[in-house]
Amino acid sequence: MSNPSRLLAWARVTLVVTALLGPVSACAPIEPWVKPYEREHLADRIMALDRNPISSTYLDHVFETREGARGATGAVGGGCGCN
Amino acid sequence: MRIRSAALAAILTLALPAWAGVADIEAPAFTLQSADGRTVSLAQFKGDVVMINFWASWCGPCRQEMPLLDDIYKQYKDMGFTLLGVNVEPDAHDANAWLKKTPVSYPILYDPKSRVSQLYRVQAMPATVIVDRNGVVRFMHNGYLPGDENRYMNSIRALIVQ
Amino acid sequence: MAALCLAGFPAAAGVLPEDRADALYHRYQGGGITVQGPSILVQKRIGDHFAVNANYYQDMISSASIDVLLSASPYKETRTQKTGGVQYLHGKTTYSAGFINSVEPDYKANTSYYSISQDMFGDLTTVTLSYSRGWDRIFRDIKANGVIANDPTFHQRADHRVYGVSVSQILSRSLLGTFEYQFSSDQGYLASPYREIRYLDPNNPAGYTLAPQIYPGTRTMDALSTSLKYYLPYRAALTAKYRYFTDSWGIRAHTLQMDYVQPVRHHWTLDGNIRYYRQGAASFFSDLFPYANYSNYMARDRELAAFHSITLGLEASYAFSIPRLSWIQRSTATLRFDRMVVDYLDYRDALYSKYDPGAIKAGREPLYTLDASIYQAYVSLWF
Repeated sequence: MSNPSRLLAWARVTLVVTALLGPVSACAPIEPWVKPYEREHLADRIMALDRNPISSTYLDHVFETREGARGATGAVGGGCGCN
Repeated sequence: MRIRSAALAAILTLALPAWAGVADIEAPAFTLQSADGRTVSLAQFKGDVVMINFWASWCGPCRQEMPLLDDIYKQYKDMGFTLLGVNVEPDAHDANAWLKKTPVSYPILYDPKSRVSQLYRVQAMPATVIVDRNGVVRFMHNGYLPGDENRYMNSIRALIVQ
Repeated sequence: MAALCLAGFPAAAGVLPEDRADALYHRYQGGGITVQGPSILVQKRIGDHFAVNANYYQDMISSASIDVLLSASPYKETRTQKTGGVQYLHGKTTYSAGFINSVEPDYKANTSYYSISQDMFGDLTTVTLSYSRGWDRIFRDIKANGVIANDPTFHQRADHRVYGVSVSQILSRSLLGTFEYQFSSDQGYLASPYREIRYLDPNNPAGYTLAPQIYPGTRTMDALSTSLKYYLPYRAALTAKYRYFTDSWGIRAHTLQMDYVQPVRHHWTLDGNIRYYRQGAASFFSDLFPYANYSNYMARDRELAAFHSITLGLEASYAFSIPRLSWIQRSTATLRFDRMVVDYLDYRDALYSKYDPGAIKAGREPLYTLDASIYQAYVSLWF
């Protein structure tokens, strides 16, 4: 796939996601099926998606420098190129 | 160009805030066990201004707000005002452990089956509801940010003089 | 080969990140390379709406790797990376932006990144859009009169763009799910100034001759990942993650990861992790090309080879209290050890024929394998 058409595909995916979720969230007709007072497990430290960013970022870097694959690791933020 | 405007539209859609409404309804009646073993009903406090605060020990802003609520309770409790701290956890163990470290002087009630949380349609943690002397809900607030305690006090002052 | 390094600080919409400082010592040892150094990270809220973060990171590299020994000589160098970022919370939306600067003697990279994160459905769903842009300047070190300096005739550029969308979803009281898609585009000099390819050459005693690699000037990549995190009732968490990667160079890779974390007694938290990675080779990769100028693009970098790897990790964290400093809410000391074993499927240890020409036919050397040990020791403070 060429660059512009790939970008267009990404934009379409993003638009669909936000078009579906955006207006719906603004009107909030969908009742949350996990109430705020039922979040005790999810609020637990051990359920954090990234408990120690300093460590997970380092390990992501170790793998990325040695592998061909990169991205979609859950870390927000860019990459810098380095040898 | 089309891609950029598509991305911009996506970003603006995301930025739309969620809308939540507040209604003047009669405060739903409830009866719960309190931390000192008594049975407490909302009906006992008819004629008082009642502030109901839904909290949990796992909720950071709840823990942050409670000492300030304690100050509010001490300040207004002799003017026909009471504060009920409704703990929403299924197991009271963590709540009691935290209260031992950070005690409050207002009554703590347990709602382990979330009956009262559902009755009051709690939408966030913490949630604060203020009921006037006639049993009508007059103030609802979701979450806690430093400074919110002033909004509570403004509301209490207005309702106490009624 | 241009590799990516991250300054990944997750953006959770609706709540600013907690105030925290971490100091880490990291050490990688394997395949003739030792890389070690510090990483310091500070995250601080400012007022009710802003948070800032900063990271200082160093890699001190001592390399006598298989690639270096084949066509160059062992070297030591230091890479320093600095990151600064800011987050702004408004209602249920978090806006983030940041900048990364990475400097080493032969590679200078700058990256800017932006993201918007939004909570929806009573905070059950968080959607994040992200974009980052990187500008790299690549140089080449040469030894002149015993001194290592930049080759003045060599100065290349590379550009990177990454677009991402991710969704994290509360599925039940005990289950969290995530989905992420990232599209990346690289342009410019994407090769390595030091690596070479080899082609079969009966005139050479080793059986092969080294030659410069030729890389495409562009690369587009797609990465899709999904994960589930489950809370076990006796207070532990189990995570499963899968990532699929494909790019315009013909590489296809799968990553599968499982993680188990459990608090033990009052002070300890133990974590076990297993990661399986499998990659197919790039279309222009070959360990040994049949003859010179075989194709338009040629590379022998093992990062583009076909291989699979397993990494096992163990982590122990101890929560301790510092009574004299009451403004510190929580403090932990953590030790982590990972062991990575890589088996290459079409990349051979060419040093056999280099050091012992004629003993093994070129292309018949044993397939290369790599064992690496990764150590981490860090202290974390929450205030």
